[in-house]
Order: sequence, then structure tokens, then C-alpha cells
Amino acid sequence: MFDFLGIPPQALFGQLLLGLINGSFYAMLSLGLAVIFGLLNIINFTHGAQYMMGAFGAYFLLQYLGLSYWWALIISPLVVGFSGVVIERLMLKHLYRLDHLYGLLLTFGLALITEGMFRNEFGSSGQPYRIPDQLLGGNNLGFMFLPNYRAWVVVASLTVCLGTWYVIERTKLGSYLRAATENPTLVQAFGINVPRMITLTYGFGVALAAFAGVLAAPIYQVAPQMGSNLIIVVFAVVVIGGMGSIMGSILTGFGLGVIEGLTKVFYPEASNTVIFVIMALVLLVKPAGLFGRTT
Amino acid sequence: MVSPGYTTGGTTTTSATPRHQIIAFVGMVVFFLAAPFFIYPVFLMKALCFALFACAFNLLIGYVGLLSFGHAMFLGSAGYISAHAAKIWGFPPELAILSGTATAAALGLISGALAIRRQGIYFAMITLALAQMIFFFCLQAKFTGGEDGIQQVPRGVLFGFIDLRSDLTMYFVVLAIFLFGFLLIFRIIHSPFGQILKAIRENEPRATSLGYKTDHYKLIAFVLSATLAGLAGSTKAIVFQLASLTDVNWPMSGEVVLITLLGGLGTILGPVVGAFVLISLEHYLAQLGAWVTIVQGIIFVICVLTFRRGIVGEIARLIKRPL
Repeated sequence: MFDFLGIPPQALFGQLLLGLINGSFYAMLSLGLAVIFGLLNIINFTHGAQYMMGAFGAYFLLQYLGLSYWWALIISPLVVGFSGVVIERLMLKHLYRLDHLYGLLLTFGLALITEGMFRNEFGSSGQPYRIPDQLLGGNNLGFMFLPNYRAWVVVASLTVCLGTWYVIERTKLGSYLRAATENPTLVQAFGINVPRMITLTYGFGVALAAFAGVLAAPIYQVAPQMGSNLIIVVFAVVVIGGMGSIMGSILTGFGLGVIEGLTKVFYPEASNTVIFVIMALVLLVKPAGLFGRTT
Repeated sequence: MVSPGYTTGGTTTTSATPRHQIIAFVGMVVFFLAAPFFIYPVFLMKALCFALFACAFNLLIGYVGLLSFGHAMFLGSAGYISAHAAKIWGFPPELAILSGTATAAALGLISGALAIRRQGIYFAMITLALAQMIFFFCLQAKFTGGEDGIQQVPRGVLFGFIDLRSDLTMYFVVLAIFLFGFLLIFRIIHSPFGQILKAIRENEPRATSLGYKTDHYKLIAFVLSATLAGLAGSTKAIVFQLASLTDVNWPMSGEVVLITLLGGLGTILGPVVGAFVLISLEHYLAQLGAWVTIVQGIIFVICVLTFRRGIVGEIARLIKRPL
């Protein structure tokens, strides 16, 4: 077998795969943030908590209703997405005419409440969630062992991300959405119900976070604080990519996940901070972000 | 309270410090001088450290309109350096506090230069991410003691003759530090420099078009805020003889936002009132565990939805004078 700079290929590809998995979550979460920000002008700090709720949703469905992973993949995002719709209707809609910062503060408060409630109930320890039977096992690709579930996560995430990109960039519904991002008043004047569109967009973004949560449940333990540390990294990803472009969010998410994985191989001490360092470098060279528009 | 010069709302003169602000300030000082004889001094010192921290934060959000979501990095890293200097290098407390503060200033210069390259919501995200980077650094670095932090930091002898082991003596030193920071901020926001900061808050493009290099002003304000937050963190480490990861982690950044929001963004006394209210609240809720987080979250939501002026802001509105 070949060696790469003295790193055995098993370790290298193993970490690359882990990076790709992390990248899948970065991509899905930053995509949701970008979609929400585009229309609502709010940075959804609750995103991490909603991702955690998605994972707990899967856990509850299995534990109390005996519903399998596949049901959870549909039901959990729907339920969490609906909770997002309620939040938008009750709270967020009152903030649109105010400074953007209030949206950040409100959603931060909601994240604290959600996380606190789950921590009250479950403590800090994680709940295990087993991999569905259909995806147990894996394949030996010769240069590495590929667990089926991990392959599934990457494929599912790519599908969802590209699907979202297609809907927003290539369909009529997406064109309304993009138009409303540019000028909501004008779009409303054409007889399109923009407030409803805003509500549903928030619901969709939240559902996307919950979907990522369900995907994450068998990989990481289902724990109350699983979202809060992730969301800060995702913020850095969003700063690096800039929120102007859907495809940009997806590419940046996957790319940074892979870079993080590689860092784990070559310089493990920096693996926690590499994304933040890249953010600092990008800010120096291209302040608007790699795919951002200068405004 | 009737002041003779006051007629109607409208145009009031913005000359020297308004009388009601002086009255409020004197009231605050009298309260703090008397307080340790009625209230547990250690609790008061904690509240004062948080009050100074929040005042420093408020300088940015209230007067420049920049929301930093990473101020814990200044509080925490200054605390670590100050504790390390006092314990390992054997520095006297004044030098330990000074070295912690200087560290926060340097960190503020670097992170500020990066963060002001983006505006608004991005600024908040960048500061949060940079603070998280500092958190991971403190988690992994050897000298910070990881999860244990730096414990049993000696309080030492201030200027060679003030023994800080007594809580009461320590309290008055903390009060002096707090008042120094408070008056400095007061002076800054009432100076011509402070007027330009407010102009940037109201309309940055316009300030630019008037010929002000707004980035320079924003950076100076950021460094000042970081430095004072560092002063609070260094003092806190000496008072509690402890520097730990709590002070550098993101919930601490959220807490200072909450204190300032609750007390009143952009009011001079707001952060002080907010700190006392929130620290008392947490003191009583401490045994309830995760409920503290939930209550904090609820206060956030209520403040944003219905109470955006904060406590002092509402009082100021009732008496129709800025506080």
C-alpha cells in the first residue's frame, strides 16, 4: 500500500470521511441559516437547538412510539419545522422592522430556553441511538473501510442540499423567493403572500436543521448540548462562505469539513480551531466571504 | 424631581453633565460605599466586576452600535493572565491586574481589526467565532490548567501596604477600580470622540462622508471596550482567586449581552443595574441547576419582545431625561 507523508492511508481516508460527515452537517446547517437570513434578515441562533431537537425527536419516536429511524427522518423535521412556524408567527414577525440584532438576541434566548429544558430532563449525558438495521455494516473499499451509515449521511445530505439549491435557483417557487429576498414590497404588490412565504421559509430552514439532527443521532450521542458548539462553528462557516449564495454555502460547508478532517491527521491540536483560523484569514483577504456580495 | 431649566420635551441643551445624571451617580456611589456593611461583600464584588464588564460591553453596543458576541474572550483571557502572573510569577496584585488588562487590550486590537471588516450581524458572528477560538486555546494550553483552571491565586498586598486578604479591603479596591472604569467610559461618551461614535451608530455612511475614518473610531472603541472588559476579568480573578473556563466560554458572552439588555442598552447606569439584578437572580436560582439557563433565556425573550429599553431606559423615559 502507498503511504502519504508517513500517514497510513487507513487513517488518512478515515479522517477524510469523518471530515466529509462533519462537512455534511456544516453544509445543511449553513444552508438553512442562509435561506432564513435571505428572507427574514435574521440570524437564527436557535438553529443549533433545533438540530438538537431533531435528534431528540428521533429518540422520542423510537423510545415512546416505537417508530423507526425512517419515520423519524420524516416526522421529526415536520414537527420541529412546525414549532419554527409557531415561533415565527408569535415572536419573530414582530421584529422585522427593528434592527437585525434583536432577531439574533431573541433566537439566542430561545436557544437557551430549549437547551436548558432538555438539560433539566436529560442531564448532560448523551442518549444512544442505534443505527437502523438496513444501514448496519459496511464495505471494504480496499484502501479503507466505509461504514454504510456514514456513506448514507453524505449521500442524504448532498441530496437535500442540491434539492434545495434546485428549488431556489431553478423553479418558479424559488424565483418568488429570490424576488422577495431582493424586494419584498414589490413582490407583495404582485399579489404574492409574502408574510406566508416568510413563515414557511423559516419553517423549512428549521426543518432542515432537524433533518440534520436526525441524521446525526446515530453518529453522535443525542445530547442537549450537541447543537450549541456546532452552531458557533457553523457561524464561522457562514462568515467564510458569505450568505449570498446557496451553492456557496454548500461548497463551503463540505470543503471546511474536509479541511478539518485533514487537520486531524496532520496537526490534531489545531483541529478545533482550524475553521476559526481560516475565517480570520478570509476576513483579511476577502472580507465579504468567498461567495459573498459586497454590500 | 423638578429641575428649573426643564421646560418641555423637545430641544434641551446638551451642555455639561445634566444634573439628574450627577444625582444618579452620587446616589450610586453612596449606595456602594454603604452596601458592604449590609450586604455580603463577596457578592457585591462579583456584581461590581460584572457591572464593569457590562459597562465596557455597553460602550460598544450602546454607543457605536456594534454587538460583540465574544466579550468573554477578554474577560476570560485577562483573568487567566492575571491569575498566572499573581500565582506563578509572584506579581503584586496591581501588576497582575495590569498585565491581564494589557493582554485583553492586545487581544482586542487583533480581534477588533478582524471583526470591524464586516458590519451588523456578521460582526456578532465573527466575534463569537473568535471567542470560541480563544476558548479552545485556553482549553488546550498548559498554563490555564484545563478544566481545573488556575486555583488558589493569592490576593497579595496592593502597592506593598494594602493587604487584600480582608474582604472589606478588597471590596473598596474593587469599588475604586469599578468607579475608575465607569468614569472613564462616562468621559469617553461625552467627549468629541464619543459624539463621533454616536454618529457612526446612527448613520455610518454619513459619518464617512463627513470625513471621519469610521474604521479607526470603531477599532479604538473596540480596544477600549476590550481593555475595560479585561480590567473586570483581571480583578475578578484576583477577587475570587480563580480563573476558569467559565469566564472564557460563550455563555459568558451571552450573559453580558443579557445584563446590558436588561439594564438598558445605551444608558450609562443600565449595565450596573442589570448586573445587580441578574447576579442576584442567579444567586437565588443557583441551586436549581439548568433553570438558570432557562430563566436567562426567558428574560432575553421578554426583553426583546416587550422591554427593549431595559430597566434604566424605561425609568429614563418616565422622567423624560437620559440616564
